[in-house]
Amino acid sequence: MLAKRIIPCLDVKDGRTVKGVNFVDLRDAGDPVELAYEYSQQGADELVFLDITATHEERKTTIDLVKAVARQVNIPFTIGGGINEIKDADILLNAGADKISINSAAVRNPDLINQMAAAFGAQFVVVAVDTRSIDGQHFVHLSGGRIRTELNTADWILEAQERGAGEILLTSMDHDGTKNGFDNGFLKTINDRIHIPLIASGGAGNQQHFVDVFQQANVDAALAASVFHYGEILIPDLKATLRQNGIVVR
Amino acid sequence: MPTICNCQVQKEYCKMIGIINYGAGNIFSLTAALDRVGLTYGMVNTADEIDQYDRIIIPGVGHAGAAMDKLQESGLVPYIKKLKKPVLGICVGMQLLTAFSEEGNAEMLKLFPLKTLHFDAEKSGKVPHMGWNSVSVPANSPLFAHIEDQTYFYFVHSYFIEFDATYTAAKCVYGHPFSAAISKDNFFGVQFHPEKSGKAGEQLLLNFSTIQID
Repeated sequence: MLAKRIIPCLDVKDGRTVKGVNFVDLRDAGDPVELAYEYSQQGADELVFLDITATHEERKTTIDLVKAVARQVNIPFTIGGGINEIKDADILLNAGADKISINSAAVRNPDLINQMAAAFGAQFVVVAVDTRSIDGQHFVHLSGGRIRTELNTADWILEAQERGAGEILLTSMDHDGTKNGFDNGFLKTINDRIHIPLIASGGAGNQQHFVDVFQQANVDAALAASVFHYGEILIPDLKATLRQNGIVVR
Repeated sequence: MPTICNCQVQKEYCKMIGIINYGAGNIFSLTAALDRVGLTYGMVNTADEIDQYDRIIIPGVGHAGAAMDKLQESGLVPYIKKLKKPVLGICVGMQLLTAFSEEGNAEMLKLFPLKTLHFDAEKSGKVPHMGWNSVSVPANSPLFAHIEDQTYFYFVHSYFIEFDATYTAAKCVYGHPFSAAISKDNFFGVQFHPEKSGKAGEQLLLNFSTIQID
């Protein structure tokens, strides 16, 4: 059976993790490589690094980070942030990234999805979508949910799939940070309409939320950051809970 | 991790595993995994270099038809086909060992009389088949030594090698059975990525490093 995936997400800036981490005795809690290794040992199925490094010059730090993670961590990982053209993705691929995630760049230039899928294969291309509901309608948002676009979220996801995305990472900005659970209703609506894997993001606060998103929306993977980083949910415990609820996990 | 090496030559010159370097995708993750488990390796760019190694890995990601074209351009095909030492194809590298792939409707190396087919989302599930899937591990298989039955391995692929009673060495089910691993004489292939499959994947790479062909 194909297992449902649990994915911790690490925000990285200039090669360092941004949000605090206090769940284990790490020598250096700001070191994303050490943190990634710890998660892999705990049973995380995959990792996502979101690079929020501001300037182009500092991107070299990110490349070094990707290489260090690929050397030391034996599970797949995705890197997102700052990828605007084929060249950016090519460098990350050769540094050992398994997938890249594109968000605003794909909205601004949808053909980028086609180009990336053609160059590297669909399996390499994750399209990340931030959505917010306005008067009952979901619209794609950019810049961490601050900028609204006129794109209908479901339409955009279907277009991304059509253009060659291998996976969708859908973050509900309405749920993100609330710890009130994933947006299971909307996730299910999207999941029922696409034929590529869907990663749910935004709203995880406790273990039951993961049970709910897998049972109600049947998504392929669930992503979270702070509940893992602050040790509120330990991955082995979460997997035990999921198993008890009949959800297939590794 | 100890360095496992059967070579009789000085250790620093010992390169046990030759990686066919034909330009199909990134091999950083593979070499990183070999480093983690302490296996020595080098790149095979020419026919002469094949002879320098005990065993050969054919990596590969991306498009099988395009990968086959690149392998043809490398000039290594006739040498690979007549190898008697252990050969492991990974992912698209495994698909190259088959007779034909629907990806690009391309003829492959024909080392196995098997076809590489596209997943039908109606019969299987979402395509690509992406993530950790359990594998029925054969008993007494040197490639899967010390790996438990139903161990999860990491897959990411849209094309699969059909299940075959003779050549399928390990079975995976995604809507229907397909070949997670194949073997025939000295040729082995795995559809999953051992370099990304946690401890089990690293064990499989170690196992491959000690396989002896009678």
